[in-house]
Amino acid sequence: MADINNKINKLNKNNCRCSVKINSLGVKRGDNVILKDVNLEVKHGEIMALIGRNGAGKTTLLKAIMGRIPHTGDVVFINHNGDKIENSKTKIGYVPQTLSFDRSTPVTVADLFCANRTKLPVWLGHKKETLKKAEKVLHMVGAEKLLNKSIGRLSGGELQRVLLAFALEPMPDILLLDEPVSALDRRGISAFYELVTSLRSEYHMPIILVSHDLGHVTRYATKASLVDETIVLTDIAKNILSHKEVKQAFHLYSGEDLA
Amino acid sequence: MINTIYSIMETILPFEWANFNFMKNALLAIILIAPLFGLTGTMIVNNKMSFFSDALGHSALTGIGIGALIGVDNYMVSMIGFALLFALCISEIIESETSSSDTIIGVFSSTGIALGIVLLSINGGFSKYSNYLIGDILSITPNEIALLFFILIATIILWFLAFNKLMLSSLNSDLAYSKGVNVSLYKNIFVIIIALLVTVTIKWIGIMLINSLLVLPAASARNVTRSMKSYHIISIIFSLFSGVTGLIISYYWGSAAGGTIVLVSAVIFFVTFFINRFCKK
Repeated sequence: MADINNKINKLNKNNCRCSVKINSLGVKRGDNVILKDVNLEVKHGEIMALIGRNGAGKTTLLKAIMGRIPHTGDVVFINHNGDKIENSKTKIGYVPQTLSFDRSTPVTVADLFCANRTKLPVWLGHKKETLKKAEKVLHMVGAEKLLNKSIGRLSGGELQRVLLAFALEPMPDILLLDEPVSALDRRGISAFYELVTSLRSEYHMPIILVSHDLGHVTRYATKASLVDETIVLTDIAKNILSHKEVKQAFHLYSGEDLA
Repeated sequence: MINTIYSIMETILPFEWANFNFMKNALLAIILIAPLFGLTGTMIVNNKMSFFSDALGHSALTGIGIGALIGVDNYMVSMIGFALLFALCISEIIESETSSSDTIIGVFSSTGIALGIVLLSINGGFSKYSNYLIGDILSITPNEIALLFFILIATIILWFLAFNKLMLSSLNSDLAYSKGVNVSLYKNIFVIIIALLVTVTIKWIGIMLINSLLVLPAASARNVTRSMKSYHIISIIFSLFSGVTGLIISYYWGSAAGGTIVLVSAVIFFVTFFINRFCKK
């Protein structure tokens, strides 16, 4: 019996069971208030979709969660035991909306992974172990053939898959996705979200994603929050369309509302 | 020590120019400077900072001006001091995102050169500093070569320790930050390395040409490479090749070494540019 408990404990430790709690977070740029009094909790195993108009502060919220921009209030990460993890020790997986970089830059996918995981400067070579790990995680996203391609030559969809794989190595405690499917075609989108859903069931990490597409949100997310300078409302993803505020933000008026 | 090196060089280089000590010194200096520039140039081009290193070169003139005002014999210290201040200021202002970075660098660059000209012409003797504009690699002394050697070693060590983090930051700072890279620290480390490198070597390369030597080999290598490894190797090879060939050609033509080296680098750039265009089709 004790043996089984041990195993379960081990499993739980390998699988992230952490959650994130955001308390009265605010962000200002100069005198402009971008976010104020944001309160949000995302537990392990949840896929939280942030929705809202352009400029509502969704991307800013993601950046504040990962500590990239100064903010008031606090972001607390809690591990599987319910203890606080120091923010600097939290492994964050982040997939940016677009990776703006010089397309002629001579960086291969292998360079990217090795630069993150090894000390050996990538201009001197790559470690075999790291390459194997990279290959494994690239395989998860169906991009194992891209290892030796230079990132400037990837298509938008390929790049997005590589970036997701990059976010997953090492396996993060929390996954932040900023409009992760903007460069994918329809098949790519469903493949992407199926992968994210399977990550959730396998690793239980909390996932926060920004999306413009309410169809994706209701299909793949578990919860959704409408963002407009603050969290306007949060509900189970399937119910999110029933809110008047959401309809207004997305211009979804039924005949009744117009009258 | 230096005499042994000279005699070795004389045996392996049975050429007329190798009989002169100043040519041997210059060749040694180039063999040390070229890999330095080849290595760091890759990151300058990656970070789209070629304008920035140019501004640093210009700031050296103000550094010399300050040195002349204070009355020190060796301008190296005042140049390094001012370049560091200058570099960190630029990088802070760029970070604050109040104005586009090429505008900020442009403003600093012209301020640097104007202030230098004013400071140096106050006492009426600007012409005696004009050798800093073009530089003179033939004037390098064995002690200075030793200094270059240590700088090369230090840069290589730093390039071992910090390169991967620098590369991630240059690719996308948000992504690097999410992986726990202290982006602003590494940016500052990089800026300081470039400031040191530019100011220490400017006496021999010259304010006008230093940036070409930093940027051209890497920019050429970028035309024909796809991975970080080949990028660095090719950049160092181009840098060494143009340095040595340029020096030898300048001897036979009687032209200034710095300019000749840059011309060779420029030829390499255009050749690789067309190779790249041609191969894509």
